[in-house]
Amino acid sequence: MTPSSNAPLTDRPARSNNHPYIPSTDSERAEMLSAIGVDSLEDLIADIPPEHRHPRLNLAPGLSEQELAAEFSSIAAENSSSSNGYISFLGAGAYRHYIPSTVRSILQRGEFVTAYTPYQPEAAQGTLQVGFEFQTAVCQLTGMEVANAGMYDGPTAFAEACLMAARLTKRSKVGVISTSDTRLLETLVAYSKYQDVELVEVEPDAVEIPADLACVGIQNPNFFGQIEDVERLTKLAHENGALSVVHVNPTALGMFRSPGEFDVDIVTAEGQPLGVPLAFGGPYVGLFACKKSHVRQMPGRIIGRTTDTRGRIGYALTLQTREQHIRRERATSNICTSTQLIALMVAAFVATLGKQGMKDLANLCYQKAHYAAAAIDRLPGFTLGRAGNDDSNGSGATFFHEFVVRCPGSPGAINSALLKKKIIGGLDIFDRVDNGMLVCVTEASSKADIDRFVAALGEIGASQ
Amino acid sequence: MYPDDLKYSKEHEWVRVDGNIAEIGVTVFAQDSLGDVVFVELPEVGTKIRQFDKFGEIESVKAVSDLYSPVGGTVIEVNSNTVDSPETVNDDPYGRGWLIKVELADIGQLDALMDSETYESSLE
Amino acid sequence: MTIVANPGDIDRRLLMDRSVPGRRAFTLPESDVPAQEMPDSSLLRDDLELPEVSQLDVIRYFSVLSQLNFSIDTNFYPLGSCTMKYNPKINDELASLPGLADIHPLQPDETVQGALRLLTSLQDDLGEITGLPGVSLAPLAGAQGEYAGLLIARAYHESRNDAGRTVAIIPDSAHGTNPASAAMAGLDVVTVRSDDSGNVDVEDLRELADDRTAVFMLTIPSTLGLFEPNILEITKIIHDTGGLVYADGANLNALLGLVKLGDLGVDICHSNLHKTFSTPHGGGGPGSGPVMVSNELAKFLPKPVARKTENGYVLATPESSIGAINGFHGSFSIAARAYAYIKALGLEGLRSVSENAIIGANYIQAGLRDKYNLAADRYCMHETVLSATRQKKRGVAGLDIAKRLLDFGIHAPTMYFPMIVDEALMVEPTESESKETLDHFIAVMRQIDDEINSNPELVHGAPHDLPVTRLDEAKAARKPILRWTADE
Repeated sequence: MTPSSNAPLTDRPARSNNHPYIPSTDSERAEMLSAIGVDSLEDLIADIPPEHRHPRLNLAPGLSEQELAAEFSSIAAENSSSSNGYISFLGAGAYRHYIPSTVRSILQRGEFVTAYTPYQPEAAQGTLQVGFEFQTAVCQLTGMEVANAGMYDGPTAFAEACLMAARLTKRSKVGVISTSDTRLLETLVAYSKYQDVELVEVEPDAVEIPADLACVGIQNPNFFGQIEDVERLTKLAHENGALSVVHVNPTALGMFRSPGEFDVDIVTAEGQPLGVPLAFGGPYVGLFACKKSHVRQMPGRIIGRTTDTRGRIGYALTLQTREQHIRRERATSNICTSTQLIALMVAAFVATLGKQGMKDLANLCYQKAHYAAAAIDRLPGFTLGRAGNDDSNGSGATFFHEFVVRCPGSPGAINSALLKKKIIGGLDIFDRVDNGMLVCVTEASSKADIDRFVAALGEIGASQ
Repeated sequence: MYPDDLKYSKEHEWVRVDGNIAEIGVTVFAQDSLGDVVFVELPEVGTKIRQFDKFGEIESVKAVSDLYSPVGGTVIEVNSNTVDSPETVNDDPYGRGWLIKVELADIGQLDALMDSETYESSLE
Repeated sequence: MTIVANPGDIDRRLLMDRSVPGRRAFTLPESDVPAQEMPDSSLLRDDLELPEVSQLDVIRYFSVLSQLNFSIDTNFYPLGSCTMKYNPKINDELASLPGLADIHPLQPDETVQGALRLLTSLQDDLGEITGLPGVSLAPLAGAQGEYAGLLIARAYHESRNDAGRTVAIIPDSAHGTNPASAAMAGLDVVTVRSDDSGNVDVEDLRELADDRTAVFMLTIPSTLGLFEPNILEITKIIHDTGGLVYADGANLNALLGLVKLGDLGVDICHSNLHKTFSTPHGGGGPGSGPVMVSNELAKFLPKPVARKTENGYVLATPESSIGAINGFHGSFSIAARAYAYIKALGLEGLRSVSENAIIGANYIQAGLRDKYNLAADRYCMHETVLSATRQKKRGVAGLDIAKRLLDFGIHAPTMYFPMIVDEALMVEPTESESKETLDHFIAVMRQIDDEINSNPELVHGAPHDLPVTRLDEAKAARKPILRWTADE
């Protein structure tokens, strides 16, 4: 808080009554009250119990725009990020990538930013066509037939997908592979708590699964960054009458085979890596795609193509009877947003990178992560893989842009030492892997950044 | 609007009986209040339903209604034409827009339904 | 071939239809590390199909599309229950500062002290405004806040070995998310009637409330834009049976500084930051739906909550938390915008928001009541619900009036909601709009009423001058086309 804004109200010079966000002047308010036929606002709020009207509120006086900007500068300066010289190797569900100027520029269009949900399609063709582009991009990346216009984030999309599988199969046990992110599971637990759904852990190398599962949920790459055998697990699921639900990293789809190739039923993803700032965890957007035959059980907004009374092409929300505003307690979900603005960023990002850019991006991430992993593996005391240099742990050795490092000591202590060197290390996953650190390297890290990180790890490791 | 040879339920379904086979659909009133029908969900052949039980759903752009069977019995045929082209329900509700055929469990159940005149006056 | 000038003709081709092999809008840097061994080729795809367009193609495509939209920046948006107020530009700018946009959600607390200070301060302010001091900013939208609130109610009852409370009582005027969220939380929905003046039927409620009542969900002001005059009696009825009172905060814009929900006996509420606190609607999200509870319920809040400790700010998990309801900590950059909004307005500014919102809605109501029926003939709060039943008798539906407004550059009001009002047109002007804008709206609405007599086809066929006329939504739903495909 800037010093001036802490001063008591009385010490501040009197301001004009009008706030920049509120146009009505005193005389206009008086005119309106007189047209309404009352003397004061009090007559309009007479239904509020008088003893509770106009309570005391402990809030600071308003700030000018300039004071506000100063306050935010100081808040931003209290954070450590690339803008004040830090380099970071955190991933685990949120990924640092370069955001092209086109995405940032398109996001400045107030016509997109300040529009409402497109219930009046005639007045929202821009938003709707962008949503249609987003659905198309999600289908193309995942190889799936249909997609919705967006969910809140990756984990909520995954949770809704598992619940959808339970509805479709009329089964109540949801299987999820044990190499998944606990954040996916926690959200699924919160979403299914009162849904009569039981969670079952499935090992990724399982050769048989319970015969009464609604689905097998597969995170791919898994939490540890490794590529899972989606094809085999999907077959196994189908043989048992279960569906296959795959949660992907969309960046990886620039190089690895898509779930659509493996006959997967529902695909979800965290959309953040596609042009969305990290922003301390949100807002992001969940991607959600499925087979066409399942579309009526899909949650969320869906945009469809049609024609107007003059035969011109137009877009509108469609299949709305699935949703809460019509089906109420029997809706497929209570969601009423498509996180459209973030979906716009994703659509603009995919359009900008295009076919070649998405391939190049995936390849760069892969190359840099593998360079970093090999360099760390050469450090004394550090080994790769969940079981320590043993990649035959049943989950396949191939990784994309994240990998597990087993450290010579506590990853927490190593991270504290790294922080002194302005390096934010990988995620401490000691609770899942002994002395494990989950390291992520994307195209946003230069070779120099990686070398600095590796050198620092070597130094700190030697002193353990 | 409401043919004399049909029986009607208060949920706006009609039934046409031929021997022990009952053909079931929705009335002009029902399709009119729904608006453009866009989706019909019907049971599988062989499903047993009781009188006045829900047997499916019918949707317009902005509304969804449950379908209740005016009679009980076993579903012997569903009209795939209305599933593929839901507008048939609007275009010809008593003809090509029929929904299911049921083998009647008890012909006496018809007594619980309305004739055309009673149904029409119930709409006022 | 002759090219005919047609300025109104808009190129609606999709990106894939503009794609030319070899075109690029962006290049990534060359790899600066030695080439690494590639994965087995059986793992790699060769089917990726995406647009190939130039950078100008991308910018022009999205810019032209944006011009097909109505938005607050360009149009008056009297959309009831949605609070389409001005979205201050400074908020977007500040939330995008590198030190806020670039921080990773899993960074150690010590490296995000600024962010945590912001979240703590926003929690405090929202607790103060609502009188419900336990706050979690985790919910990603109003519907999530609502779901979190219901999980809290259930956790509270279970903690008291009172788990048999499985009923949510909801007014017939409620928004559809209320029953949808209640169903997700495993609660049976029981509907309480509204009386002729639009209030909760207190006697009906008294009948319905019992030892199975987990929670009563009340929108306040109601979806009719009315403040519930029996609120103290209602909260007492529910509390006497051991239930909790949940307030849907969708309409908080009417209450800022005028009354605290906590003072009225409300135990839990959520607020939509994208309504009352000016964060952009974005064409349908992202939202943010913080959940606020009484001190007694604070230990059940979803994780995380930000807290100030001796060692600085931390993200904490409340002791009996209902857990995580999404991936990380909520919509941080939306919270940052709301924080900026509250700080910019301050105490006096926030009061002024609600006062002006209420006066504006009543002014519109007064200007139209001789032409349009009111859902409830009394003073409203921040929105008024008109009923186009008189117009309907003359052959024009509420829908037609709403569509006709579009021709005047005014967004349609919320239509056919609440469902208990025939031909409902719900109008919420917000405090952002000037008296001239309200006068213009009143004049247009009166003119449309006249047009029903003089030229009904003008109203039936509306809108006439937008990028598209009315769309065939039945066709869209019967044979859904939900993505670009090559063969179209």
